[in-house]
Amino acid sequence: MSNPFEKNSNKELSAKSLKSRVSLTDTNLLLFITIAVFLIMYVCAVVFLGKGFAKPQTFLNILNENAALIILSCGMSLVMITGGIDISVGQVTALVCMSCAVFLDKHGGNVYVAMILALGIGLAFGLVQGYLVAYLNIQPFIVTLAGMFFAKGMTTIINATQFNVENAQFKALKATRVTVPGLGSVNKLGNYIDAYVEIGVIVALLVVLIFFCVLRWTRTGRNFYAVGGNNQSANTLGINVRRTKFTAHLLCGLLAGVGGFVYFMHVGSGSPSHASGAEMNAIASSIIGGTMLTGGVGNIAGTFFGVLSLSTIKNIVTSLGLDEAWWTNITVAAMLCIFLLLQSILLARKNKQKS
Amino acid sequence: MENNAVLEMRGICKYFPGVRALENVDFTLREGEIHALMGENGAGKSTLIKVLTGVYSKDGGDIRLAGVPVHIRSPQDAQNMGISTVYQEITLCPNLTVAENMYIGRTKGPLTNWKKMNTDAAKLLDSLSIPAKATQQLGSCSIAVQQMVAIARAVDSDCKVLILDEPTSSLDEQEVKKLFSLMLSLKEKGVGIIFVTHFLEQVYEVCDRITVLRDGKLVGEYIIEDLPRVQLVSKMLGKEFDDMAEIKSEEDAAHIEYDGIPVYEAEKLTGTTGIAPFDFEIHKGEVNGFTGLLGSGRSECVRAIFGADRVAGGTVKVNGKKVKINKPLDAMKNGISYLPEDRKRDGIVGDLSVRDNIILALQVMKGFFRPFSRSQAEAFADEYIKLLSIKTASSDTPIKSLSGGNQQKVILARWLLANPVYLILDEPTRGIDIGTKVEIQKLVLKLAAEGKSVTFISSELDEMIRTCSRLVVMRDGKVVGELKGSDLNQNTIMATIAGGES
Amino acid sequence: MSVSENHFENLPKKSVSVIDTIKKIVQKQVFIPLAALLVLILFNLIADPSFFKISLDKSSSGDPVLSGYLITILDNASELAILAIGMTLVTSASGGQDISVGATVAIAGSVVLKVLCGSQSRPDQMQAPIIVAFLICLVVSMLFGAFNGMVVSFFKIQPMVATLILFTAGRSIAAWINNNELPVISDPKFGYYGNFIPGIPVPTPIFIAAICMIIIALVLKFTNLRLYSQAVGINPSSSRLNGINPQLVKFLTFVILGACVAVAGFIKVSRLSTINYSVVAKDIEMDVILAVALGGNQLSGGKFSMTSSILGAYVIQFLTTTLFKFKVSSSAIAAYKAVVVIVLVVLSAPIVREKMVQMKKKGTAAKVGKAKKEVA
Repeated sequence: MSNPFEKNSNKELSAKSLKSRVSLTDTNLLLFITIAVFLIMYVCAVVFLGKGFAKPQTFLNILNENAALIILSCGMSLVMITGGIDISVGQVTALVCMSCAVFLDKHGGNVYVAMILALGIGLAFGLVQGYLVAYLNIQPFIVTLAGMFFAKGMTTIINATQFNVENAQFKALKATRVTVPGLGSVNKLGNYIDAYVEIGVIVALLVVLIFFCVLRWTRTGRNFYAVGGNNQSANTLGINVRRTKFTAHLLCGLLAGVGGFVYFMHVGSGSPSHASGAEMNAIASSIIGGTMLTGGVGNIAGTFFGVLSLSTIKNIVTSLGLDEAWWTNITVAAMLCIFLLLQSILLARKNKQKS
Repeated sequence: MENNAVLEMRGICKYFPGVRALENVDFTLREGEIHALMGENGAGKSTLIKVLTGVYSKDGGDIRLAGVPVHIRSPQDAQNMGISTVYQEITLCPNLTVAENMYIGRTKGPLTNWKKMNTDAAKLLDSLSIPAKATQQLGSCSIAVQQMVAIARAVDSDCKVLILDEPTSSLDEQEVKKLFSLMLSLKEKGVGIIFVTHFLEQVYEVCDRITVLRDGKLVGEYIIEDLPRVQLVSKMLGKEFDDMAEIKSEEDAAHIEYDGIPVYEAEKLTGTTGIAPFDFEIHKGEVNGFTGLLGSGRSECVRAIFGADRVAGGTVKVNGKKVKINKPLDAMKNGISYLPEDRKRDGIVGDLSVRDNIILALQVMKGFFRPFSRSQAEAFADEYIKLLSIKTASSDTPIKSLSGGNQQKVILARWLLANPVYLILDEPTRGIDIGTKVEIQKLVLKLAAEGKSVTFISSELDEMIRTCSRLVVMRDGKVVGELKGSDLNQNTIMATIAGGES
Repeated sequence: MSVSENHFENLPKKSVSVIDTIKKIVQKQVFIPLAALLVLILFNLIADPSFFKISLDKSSSGDPVLSGYLITILDNASELAILAIGMTLVTSASGGQDISVGATVAIAGSVVLKVLCGSQSRPDQMQAPIIVAFLICLVVSMLFGAFNGMVVSFFKIQPMVATLILFTAGRSIAAWINNNELPVISDPKFGYYGNFIPGIPVPTPIFIAAICMIIIALVLKFTNLRLYSQAVGINPSSSRLNGINPQLVKFLTFVILGACVAVAGFIKVSRLSTINYSVVAKDIEMDVILAVALGGNQLSGGKFSMTSSILGAYVIQFLTTTLFKFKVSSSAIAAYKAVVVIVLVVLSAPIVREKMVQMKKKGTAAKVGKAKKEVA
């Protein structure tokens, strides 16, 4: 440095600019908002809606009910971080349920083979959709819309009606519960009842953990963010954009397979109407969890809390006595709308700042 | 070979179909030197840089790095050999942190070691005195800092040659200062820097040497002290300063009504695109021009007049009446037409037919509910296709399938059809063949003789002198002079463009 | 050599001109849906010619009605064709599609029933004139369209995601409007619009669709809608410099789609004189988008052909009815359509097109090479 004075002024400037601008990434800011929203909502529910919400099992039931959704939302977030979208996950879930159900009951299949079948179906959807999106440059929305309808059609072609699976091996698996020590409660008769979660919840938590780490600490994970942040820049920075997009769709498909099987374990039946609208819930959860539709911003932990927020608000709406189905849908849409606009405003303000 | 040369390019040639983009160009970069690469549009600067960075393959010549001959096949290759480039537009990801932007795509192994990356980045930022924190999100930094982070990334990959391709075009004075101090400290570390810019002052502030290109050929390499500004400008424009004959046209300027109320008059017009507030007026039958080097703000001025970008302030009078021009439609309704600089991005509507492209402006002025009948539109289109002799298969042909010159004529036809009182033409002759260029200049003079006012902008001084009766000269976003009459000669214009000591 | 060459060139001239005319026809946008229609017609002719039989029957009330698969197709495609009109405009201007049309059709239908039924759920007679109900439904639908348009154009959210909001909430809003009751209109007059007007053997929706087409034809003729939306879809920056307000144009197209939704919703409820919120117009958005794509319109916006889109809608219905006839269940049809969509988008993807052109060039080059060798 030739000029000592200039160096000084630089240091001053740096201190100033750092002070005025909170050093918080968009991802962390949105994550913070999500967790805050969830906590506030839950606390309000406990305070105003009574003890039901205070019971640990109520919270665990939210997890039990939404294990599959958590997994699907994780996949959705991956794709959304790269700037894409996948709306086929709900119907893929239905297809997985139906395929496994038919395989187990009508062909006397083995549960473990059924699991592989589920993963295979998810992987196949991920492969084809990923190829079309990444290598043929077709809009992800159109591709996965077609995927959604294909899965829907295939489900009814395999079996058009709902039926419960009677396979003993599967029923045992479905009934398996993992007790959570120390969170049990005493019921009206004075008996102590253990708090429990289903296996699906363990799987879901594992998925959340794994993909949180993948996104945070692996090169592939960071590439997702770079590609979503700016396609062309990512390319000049030496990242294989196509392969990254392909990987994201592949993983999302795979997770749809996993989520499908978890859903299957939860409901224990196959039906064309299973998981209908799950894709919208997954997108909504991701958005509420701080994943930006424009790509490049998002966090799996946020997505997890997004799912929790979404289901908590559904529970609140129900316990307010508004248990007709439409209320939950309208609340979900309203929440989605608010978070979308929030993101849009956040983005606009940022662009203004720059120029 | 020279002793301390890090990069030598000898006899570089590059041909595109029908164009000799580079012919026998030599370029030498020495250790610890900031070397300006100068030339107007189409001089071959960017082609030379693209050859150097492996984007284009050369058709002839050798490149030596520190005396060793090399073949550069791809940008990746160039990077591995220690040639790093920072482009005008920032090619980083705004959503990632500063540290990540410096290391992503370059690390080995599947995992990211955040701690090491952040400490490394912090060290590097500190050593280059870049006022940013490693963990800060890049998008929250100013453009200048982002530019510097890009440089830091380039420097860290052990670079010997750093190419800065117009890095200052979107920076303000303060930010440029910061960038320069970074460049100087890199220079001390022995990095050779190639600096491409359109700002003369900046060249004289930091550079040691200048290489000037013109029309794909080498004009010469100069030590900065040996080349005064005026000389530089004349070398870039290809006119010898001293013995340049005055070629002011004898066009009779009698039809200009200087005494009357100006057709258009602006006072303290302020844009939002980085130009200083300016005053401007134009009279009936007058052809004036905005001149200055590329990036001097000449396009931004006329865009402000037309309301193409957001207008921040100032008063505007048309024919003496105060009017508000906030958006293009306002300007059009007041009889102002604007042919934009970037034909592809702002001018043509690619998939639409020649006919639709011609009638577009007039149609919009006429109103949404009053479309022209097919036969009327056909008649308009045919009239102007004939008038401007536009070469097109039919008026139904999509405009994108026409040649550049003919596309430009279609856009010109669009604005002539709108029958303006004041016509702004921003670089109407860029990228089109000589014949069409002359036609367009003749047309401008004819329009003026008919009593229209025209603003004509061109990178080629010849054209400006031949067509304009008054020139507004700009430098670095400010109006620095106004020339007319006998001052309208190459020497005075160049001296005014160059500014400073002449 | 030169003589022989001339001779060689003279011979195939006639065939070349024939090929040229064929090429010209093929290049017309309308060719794509027409070809698809032709394939379907041929398939049905071979499989079962009785598909094309039209007979004049008596309805239950003794009025003459036309019946047959072709009539069914024309009748059932009405809503699709009407929605395709709006969707084409939205696609052209915004470069995206509205996926909420099915849900908003439910809202429109619900509004009609609400107005007609008043406070009761099964009134003996209608509580308001049908025209009033329709107008209110029109206004409401256009407001919902305006909501979508606002989110897209002013908040700059991609159309498909913006319309996701109403896609999620629409059917619930529809149910909420009528308190989740299922109102039934017993007055047969209301059913005229979705079925037959006594004495006229052609289903009424066909007339309504025709009226809509005439209206849009007039609108396109007497306003600059086509020019504006195409210009905005192709190059918004250039459009702005020519005095067009791109945001406003996009907004407007969504409002027009809202009007189309109102008409479609009105027909839907009139067909049954009641509504099932979760089933009415289910998955119609997919069919509408497919109709636009099948019409050869770029889904990324820009130039459009209204005729092709509308024709596309009828082709889709033709396909659906054909599949029905072959006993494919209604939800399985989705799988077949998905395959059609994928084939269409893959074929129209720029990368694939480029590759095909390259292959063609190689092919012709090889042919030329061969020919040269043969001459030598």
